[in-house]
Parts: sequence; C-alpha cells; structure tokens
Amino acid sequence: MPTGIIITTRMNISATAMDDFLIRALVAGFGVALICGPLGAFVVWRRMSFFGSTLAHSALLGVALGYALHFDMTLGMFIVSVALAGALYLAERRKTLATDTLLGVLAHAALAAGIVFMAFLDTLRTDLLALLFGDVLSVTASDLWWIYGGGAVCMVVLIWLWRPLLAMTVHEEMAQVEGVNTLLARFLFMLLLAVIVAVSLKIVGILLITSLLVIPAATARRLSKTPEQMAALAALIGCLAVGGGMAESYVWDLPSGAAIVLTATAMFVAVAAWPKRRTVS
Amino acid sequence: MSPSASDAPLVAAHGVCVEFDGREVLHNVSLAVQPGRVVTLIGPNGAGKSTLARVLLGLTQPTHGRVERRANLRIGYMPQSLTIDRDLPMTVRRFLQLSGVKDAATLERTLEEVGAAYTMGQPVQVLSGGEFQRVLLARALLRNPDLLVLDEPVRSVDVTGQAELYDLIGKLRQTHHCGVLMVSHDLHLVMAATDEVICLNQHVCCAGTPESVGRHPEYFAMFGPTVAPSLAVYAHAHDHAHDAAGHVVDADGHNHHHPHEHLGDSHG
Repeated sequence: MPTGIIITTRMNISATAMDDFLIRALVAGFGVALICGPLGAFVVWRRMSFFGSTLAHSALLGVALGYALHFDMTLGMFIVSVALAGALYLAERRKTLATDTLLGVLAHAALAAGIVFMAFLDTLRTDLLALLFGDVLSVTASDLWWIYGGGAVCMVVLIWLWRPLLAMTVHEEMAQVEGVNTLLARFLFMLLLAVIVAVSLKIVGILLITSLLVIPAATARRLSKTPEQMAALAALIGCLAVGGGMAESYVWDLPSGAAIVLTATAMFVAVAAWPKRRTVS
Repeated sequence: MSPSASDAPLVAAHGVCVEFDGREVLHNVSLAVQPGRVVTLIGPNGAGKSTLARVLLGLTQPTHGRVERRANLRIGYMPQSLTIDRDLPMTVRRFLQLSGVKDAATLERTLEEVGAAYTMGQPVQVLSGGEFQRVLLARALLRNPDLLVLDEPVRSVDVTGQAELYDLIGKLRQTHHCGVLMVSHDLHLVMAATDEVICLNQHVCCAGTPESVGRHPEYFAMFGPTVAPSLAVYAHAHDHAHDAAGHVVDADGHNHHHPHEHLGDSHG
C-alpha cells in the first residue's frame, strides 16, 4: 500500500492550539450527533444499518476520487455515496435480489475499488487510520461548514419528509393509498444518509460510522413513547456520547472515534439494564 | 351508457388479467363496487383475492384489462397484515395521526365510533388482535373515504369479535355512505354482512347475493360439501354489543361504563 500511514501524535501540540482543536472537534461532534439522532432512528426503524455501512465502505473511493479530480474529499465521498444510493435504488426496483444481498455486493465492490484506485495514486498521502477509525482532532473549519451546512439542509428535508416517511415505515402500501409518493420519499432518505455519512466520517471513521446512527437511537428506544421522542432523545444521547468520548480521549489519550462509540455503548447497556418497572411519561 | 352519478361505480375492473413472472394469477376478472354496497371477495388461499384488491387500489398494474376509479375517489385501506416493529415506539394516537388527520376531536370521535376509544394513549404493540383491527378501521375511516378496502378485516379475532366487527362494518357503510370491498377467506359470518359475494379462484367462479352463491355448484366444488351446507346466513339482533375490550355498549355504540385502564393481550 503506497499510501503513507501517519500516526497522529498529540504530545507536542501547544496548549492554546490544543484548545482550538478541541473546541472545533467538540462543535463538529455535536453537529454530527444532532443530525445522526433522528436519522439514526429511521435507520433502526427501517432496518437500514447495513445501508449505512455500505455508504461508509465506499468512502475510500470518494477520497481517491476527490484527490484525483482536485476537489474536496467530503464532496468526493458525497458524490460516490449518491451514486451508490442511485445504484441501489435502481437495483431494488428490479426486485430480483434481496436488498441485503445487493448491499453485500455494493459495499465490498466499492471498498475494493477504493483500495485499487488509491494504489494508483502514488502521490496521494492520506491518513488511512484516520479514515478507518476517525480523527476528530483533524477537523478543519471547512469540515465544520460541511457538517453544519449539510446537517441543516438534511434537518429541513427530514422534517418535511417526517410524516410520509414514518407512515411508509409503518406500512408502505397503506401510505401509498393515502397519497404518499413512496419512491420519492425512499430516494430522498437515501440521499440524506449519503450526506450524513460523508460529513460524519472524520469524526468516527469508516468502520464506526454506523454506530453513531444506530446506538443512540437504540438507547433512546426504551425511554420513548413516540417516534418523535425517540428521535430527539437519540440526538441528545449522541451529544452526551460525543462529549463523554472526547473527554476520555483527552484525559487518557484514547482514539477519539472509538471512545465516542464506547461511551454510547456504555449508555446503551446502562439503559438496557435499568429495571423494567420504570415507565417514562 | 351513462348511469346517474349516484349509481356509477366507485371502482370497477374490466377484464383484468395479472401475470407475475409469466404466471397468470388473475384471469379476465370484472367487478364493480357501487356506493353504499358491500362486496366481498372470497376464495381459497392463492386465489388472487389480495392481488385483485391491490389492482383496484392502484398498487398493482393489470397486465391486461383496465380499472376505472371515480374521479377524486378517497379510499380508506386496511391492509391484511400490519405489525409495528418493537423498535418503533408508537401510541394509537400517533398511529392515527399518520393518516394526515391531526385534529384531536376527529381522532377521538373516530376511535369512539369503532369502539376502541380507550386505546388512544396505549402503545400499539400491546393491543389485542381485535383492538388493533378496530384501530386500523379507524385509520381507514379518518380519511373520510368513499370506498373502504378491507383485506381480511377479522384476522386474528375470535368468533364473537368477528361477528361484532362485521356488524360494525355494516353500520359504518350506512353512517359513512361508502362502498366497501372486503377480502375474506372465512365464509359463514362474512356472507351475512354482504350485499354481493364474488367467489374468486383466479377467475370469477360465481357471483351474486350470499344466498345464491351459497347454493352455487362452483361454490360447493371449491369449499367442499362439508363446509358449504353449514353456511347459515347470520342474523344479528342484540340490544347491546361489546366494544373491543368487552365493555357493554348499547347498539349505537355509546359506552355504559367509564373506560378503565385496560391491559390488552399482546399479540404477534
């Protein structure tokens, strides 16, 4: 593999620079958690976590594409994600193979294509470990624009799409009879996921991105009575995981993405282990 | 060739054929549902009943033939099976709101009408089979439909509950002045609640009033001599009925008791 692997060292960074990094990282992490909450709830309800992973697997290809064509890495990932969502959408309409199988093909084809493509680009020096596991401290100001700009657009679209999407999640054909354009809603939801995966990748990385969608939503389930409560709680739990994970990462010098995911997991276990009698009004 | 507007069918199929992967599941089927009429499709499993309902709803395109729907036809649809995932927290109120109707008074009134008012705040996952069917019926009614399409409306409901549900559907047809298309594979109770029965086995075997279909040789051939003669047209004359939880209500649906905390049986 000709791509250089740079292990980030944080020892020599001066205190003020460290604060800057940390604040940017926290702001980025909260932004990602806020939008991943509601979107992740739908990922859980619609059983689309494998789709999220597939989008993440295609990210290497996006990074290589962005580099080769001289544009932003996030934009490259977004383009590849959208192409993947489009491919899945078309393949699903033919109804010959199960979605799960199609995703199995797409995910690994995209990953392999990314690895091969990167091998051709001798001059590409990228931090592969950061791509795989995330490096929240490498977040730049332009990343923040991507996260908050993309996140805001996604939030607006999701709110607009909320009732039809929820109705078709409960029963697709009943929603269709009630006038929901299910094909459009499904495609828009895939696009939303593509945007979120692309902008969130720097925070937790390719291998962990789905966890930021699934774990907070799964944790929120036991505490909620309505879908909206679950979405809002998932956003809150995501923020707590980001805050907690970053603090642990700072204090014990842990890899930040993994610390965030483990913190979320700890909350999930705590909520799951809570005695059942408790009811939340 | 132009019947008066009130008699014109809400929905009609003309010579509909449907093929899936080259296999014909419906052959040359024609039927019409008039306003205020209850039409029931019966037939064995795999007869194409649900497919025909889907064609009439516009969810499946016929391979041949055509479907006519009255302009701006509002349809209330109750699908055959609907299980709400445990991962999705959902109260009955929120479920009804998914129809697009938000007005609290309308939701209350409609749920009351189907005898399930007390379920409003409960999670849908704890309702019994009969309660959930009534909630589904309420959701279909919320759209103020011209036509109700009910696919197996009494699934997973016990026998007395079935009779009450058919009674309710008959009443709703009158109070809402809508046509009803029902799909069913059970015979006894459904026949009585129906103006017209269409016996389907990929093609229309026989059709007509419940009494005439009950005597039809094709009907005998399909359901066998042991089942068919036991068909008794169901006459219902009670001074009271029960809502989904078994509370006594008088025949026009008013509660005699204050609704109380109800612990429904969980189902599938």
